Amino acid sequence: MMDRLSAIWYVPSQRIRVVSEVRCLEPCDCVGGYLRGRRVAPVFLPHSPFSCFATAEQEPLLPPLVCSTLSVAAMAPPPAPAQTADGSGGASLFSPTTRALFYNYKAASVQRMLDFDYVCRRSAPSVAAVITPGAPAGGFVKAFFGSTEVALPVFPTTAAAAAAAPDADVFINFASYRSAYASSLTAVQVPSIRTLVIIAEGVPERHTKMLIAAAAAAGKTIIGPATVGGVQAGAFKIGDAAGTVDNIVTCKLHRPGSVGFVSKSGGLSNEMYNVLARTTDGLFEGIAVGGDAYPGTTLADHVRRFQALPQVKLIVVLGELGGDDEYIIADELAAGSITKPLVAWVSGTCAPWFNAAEVQFGHAGAKSTSANDADGSGNARDGSASTKLAALRAAGATVPESFEGFADAISGAYAKLQAAGEVGDKDAADASVAPRALPADYPSALRSGAVRKTTNIVCTISDDRGEEPTYASVPLSELMTPSYGVGDALSLLWFKKLLPPWASRFIELVLVTAADHGPCVSGAHNTIVAARAGKDLISSLCSGLLTIGPRFGGAVDAAAIAFKDAQERGVPPDEFVEGLKKCGRRVEGIGHRIKTAENRDKRVELLSRYAAEAFPSTHVLAYAKSVEAYTLTKASNLVLNIDGCIGALFVDMLMTADQFSPAEVDEVLELGALNGIFVVSRSIGLVGHALDQRRMKQPLYRHPWDDVLYASPERPPPREHYVQATAAAAAAAAANGAAGEGLDD
Amino acid sequence: MARKKVREYTGKQLLLRQLQRLGMAGNLGASFGAGRCAQVAAENLSTSGTPDGFYAALAAAHPWLTTTRLVIKPDMLFGKRGKNNLVLLNADYSAAQAFISARMGTDVEVGGVTGTLSSFVIEPFVPHSAEYYLNIATDRAGDVLRFGAAGGVDIEEHWDSVREVLVRAPDPTSLDGGDEGRSGGSGGGGHDALGGGGHPAVLPTLSASSVEVCAVIPDDDPAIPADHVPVLREFLASCYAVYASLDMTLLEMNPLAVDEAGAPAPLDIRVELDTYAAFKNGKLWGGSTVTGGGSLEFPEPWGRAKCPEETAVDALDENSGASMKLSVLNPAGRIWTMVAGGGASVIYADTVVDMGYGAELGNYAEYSGNPKQNETYMYARTLLSLVTANPDGRRRVLLVGGGVANFTDVAATFTGIIQALKDYHGKLQAARVRVLVRRGGPNYKAGLAMMEEVGRELAISVDVYGPETNMTKIVELGIDWIKGDPAGAPVPAAA
Repeated sequence: MMDRLSAIWYVPSQRIRVVSEVRCLEPCDCVGGYLRGRRVAPVFLPHSPFSCFATAEQEPLLPPLVCSTLSVAAMAPPPAPAQTADGSGGASLFSPTTRALFYNYKAASVQRMLDFDYVCRRSAPSVAAVITPGAPAGGFVKAFFGSTEVALPVFPTTAAAAAAAPDADVFINFASYRSAYASSLTAVQVPSIRTLVIIAEGVPERHTKMLIAAAAAAGKTIIGPATVGGVQAGAFKIGDAAGTVDNIVTCKLHRPGSVGFVSKSGGLSNEMYNVLARTTDGLFEGIAVGGDAYPGTTLADHVRRFQALPQVKLIVVLGELGGDDEYIIADELAAGSITKPLVAWVSGTCAPWFNAAEVQFGHAGAKSTSANDADGSGNARDGSASTKLAALRAAGATVPESFEGFADAISGAYAKLQAAGEVGDKDAADASVAPRALPADYPSALRSGAVRKTTNIVCTISDDRGEEPTYASVPLSELMTPSYGVGDALSLLWFKKLLPPWASRFIELVLVTAADHGPCVSGAHNTIVAARAGKDLISSLCSGLLTIGPRFGGAVDAAAIAFKDAQERGVPPDEFVEGLKKCGRRVEGIGHRIKTAENRDKRVELLSRYAAEAFPSTHVLAYAKSVEAYTLTKASNLVLNIDGCIGALFVDMLMTADQFSPAEVDEVLELGALNGIFVVSRSIGLVGHALDQRRMKQPLYRHPWDDVLYASPERPPPREHYVQATAAAAAAAAANGAAGEGLDD
Repeated sequence: MARKKVREYTGKQLLLRQLQRLGMAGNLGASFGAGRCAQVAAENLSTSGTPDGFYAALAAAHPWLTTTRLVIKPDMLFGKRGKNNLVLLNADYSAAQAFISARMGTDVEVGGVTGTLSSFVIEPFVPHSAEYYLNIATDRAGDVLRFGAAGGVDIEEHWDSVREVLVRAPDPTSLDGGDEGRSGGSGGGGHDALGGGGHPAVLPTLSASSVEVCAVIPDDDPAIPADHVPVLREFLASCYAVYASLDMTLLEMNPLAVDEAGAPAPLDIRVELDTYAAFKNGKLWGGSTVTGGGSLEFPEPWGRAKCPEETAVDALDENSGASMKLSVLNPAGRIWTMVAGGGASVIYADTVVDMGYGAELGNYAEYSGNPKQNETYMYARTLLSLVTANPDGRRRVLLVGGGVANFTDVAATFTGIIQALKDYHGKLQAARVRVLVRRGGPNYKAGLAMMEEVGRELAISVDVYGPETNMTKIVELGIDWIKGDPAGAPVPAAA
């Protein structure tokens, strides 16, 4: 568990560059960090997974440093902004140093925030930490800050994240509508969090109302629910607000302008940022309060903030039908508490064209119209767009005739401000802050055709990208028709050929034939022992498979190659056998532990019979049989075994299937494909044995003592003797004056 | 929409069952407390063979139907039924059947909206001495209680006598003293996994003697008999508990009677539920109705008969994480919209109306929340079937509009629309449809280029505009297109 952990800067080429300060909470006093690539403390967080980076550097250790002296000025996160230092009386929610806690990690949204940060030249990322409920302590997620990758710490609880990043005063809640209430309620109670943003749409009204009450009691601000968030130009961006980096630069959101904008809709906010960039010196801050009936903060709340923020010179409001928020703004305009110029539009003027029952207006009370006639003027404040527009117009807001005129109205209001000297030319600020160029993301650069790269992997046997997977370009749906079988799948994936039916059938017969050979053979025995040791299915299977080799099941390739070669060269069987013997090599494919000429291996007989009927020719098998005829003269158990039979017939199959060139046949054999046949087949039996043992809950297998011949050697000389002998040798060497020369211990 | 109305029949069931669950059903009017309320819906009548068979079965399930005097009303989410002569009072069962059969399936106009009567409710006629008005409605700051001594059909004339008081939304952080059970910020996720999400401990409650209840039902109102005061206060407090625990946003009783035994009897009831709370109230709501398989019915508003295309889009919307909406305004209209974004879609419709062509507006359509390609395809197909349904030789325009998207991949959503346009190749020409596109956001350039390309491929007129053009510019262009139609002048009209 970490106490304080600042962002770790991870530079792929240089490994860790900076960890500004890390302290472990375990009672071990381990304190550590990296400074410009050098490890600065002797004990680096044994309780944290970050210690895995410690081994990445092979540099000598420096003397331990105390936490307080670990200063990493260049990259350290900035201190928390002094609240209301700008004289805005608490109206300021964000600044270029604002950092946020991000609840319920969304990679793309976090990345968009960091991209914004980089483009507008923030010194450090705006996401201080990520909270993932139930995450193990000490984890992190990666994100880009420009072209540098940074690791953002992940915490299981908001409390832990807040303790680690006490300067992060914005809580961005990406929880679902189900859990937004509980997670937000927790965040409201964290002292260091001042502003909460609730993204989820569908939070029950009662939950929102209680959150509003809790936030009011704690003096905190809630933006949302059902919002994309907001953006302070050149300073801080919430989640997905303001879209892509292209859009951010187009809309000049990388540097502050002087317009405060608020609306309900996130989509329209982005549209309006675009309009503001064309008609004014740009946005200072834009907030989407969200489309719910009771947003945590209302349009009026943010208009009041914009009134208080000295940087905001022009307020733009985009309201909509329903609710009474716009009337509150109108009242405050009329009362003179909002003095900055305000341009407004209220959408929903089309409502009269809709079936009246379809659009929900105003309050749900029996007499909403009368009940809302608070000023007694007789002007029913009914929530319709036209009434709201009239109220705003009457209160002194600039209100266009239609949304089409909104941009011109804003432009006109800005021109007035400029004439009064309140703001500069709308393009004046452009030169002051140039956006920092963001490296393109590899996937999007690739999509746009701006980059290319060589692939690391080539695959020629299958493709899973289309409507359905294909094996060697044959669609799976075709292979799932009755005329195909597993032999076809195997030959497509192994040889990229669609074999004639007799050949596929042969492969299947081989798979069936070699699937199992009882519990006593090496592979099955090992599988059984592993399964009884409590190992899982795959470990048990692998235990058996790893036994396959030159002495057990693995002779198929070798036999096939040898028989084919000898048959093609016309080597007489006796010369073949004796030649191998001369080289000290076994005759692969010949010989069986128990089978004899009189007691033939049934499997060999059955496969041979099938081949005789189905194969166009069986030259190699015939050769193998002739070899067997010779070896049987030496001993009765030197029969053609199943490996030899499969090997020989496989070569016959490959050579007569009319699909493989001679070179391709050799290639198949050299690649070891035939051993693969045995592995696939025997896996069926091994899995069976593992399941069998597990099903019967067989206990741990222990080999009985009486089945082992214990034949211990004589005891080696005692160690003292060895030590004395070494010492004596050293003394002798020293006496010779050639210390250590030639001494090898 | 988060707030949805339920039928009077459903509302009464919800109220009674929850009062019973909360142990607050001790002192209720006999008829209401026994759940005496029967529903006659057109679909039930038609599925039970003959109406006589249906009524016989209904009487078997509700024996009181044949032994008490009855009240019969349409149950179609509209009020002022008495004033519209749609209530039959103090009738017997056969008169009730005759009353219903004379009206079921007929069109009536109520409040300027015409609809078809398809659902009625039958209840015992409750003789009573007093009619009150009770209303609990949601408010940003909490809930508003309203109570009036002069309830009934003329409540609007007596509105001044209705008292109201705000019950503040509780601050959950100050309710249970400590942080126990809530500490650990991420607790929310965990609670959720258990299907909770609700915090019953922090539901607001009111006692019969609380300041708020006493404020709207005072001791000294001469219009309220002294012996009714404690009964009404207790009932109001109980209703508030039901309202809060079922996530109602409106619970209105007008009139609320006190029967001859001195017990409260809601004669008419209006209930709205916060559908956002459905995830945690499924059992409480679903178990409270006898309709269907136990899921709650949210009927369409009065007079809102859905066409098959709208129903199809509703189904799409229901099964999608994204949002897709369609309302047909005028099937013969010549301006059709398919706009991305809840905010932008309203502004497009506004602009059509503001420019004087509301009468030509065929539909309101909105999609948002990054729908999948297949979803946009199905959605666009449905819309195009409407756009091309009426090839009368006159020009039409389809506005594929939207603002600058925050995170929706514009090209990806357009891919579905393009697929649908290809399906309607030929029909688009026959209906003389011009397609105007305006959109910005991630990957918009590729999206616009694809739309231009499909225009060339299908030989239909497709013009595309990006964020540098005003969002609603294509409305103007579209209107110019139909205005210039030699085959027929459009119908300009003021809203």
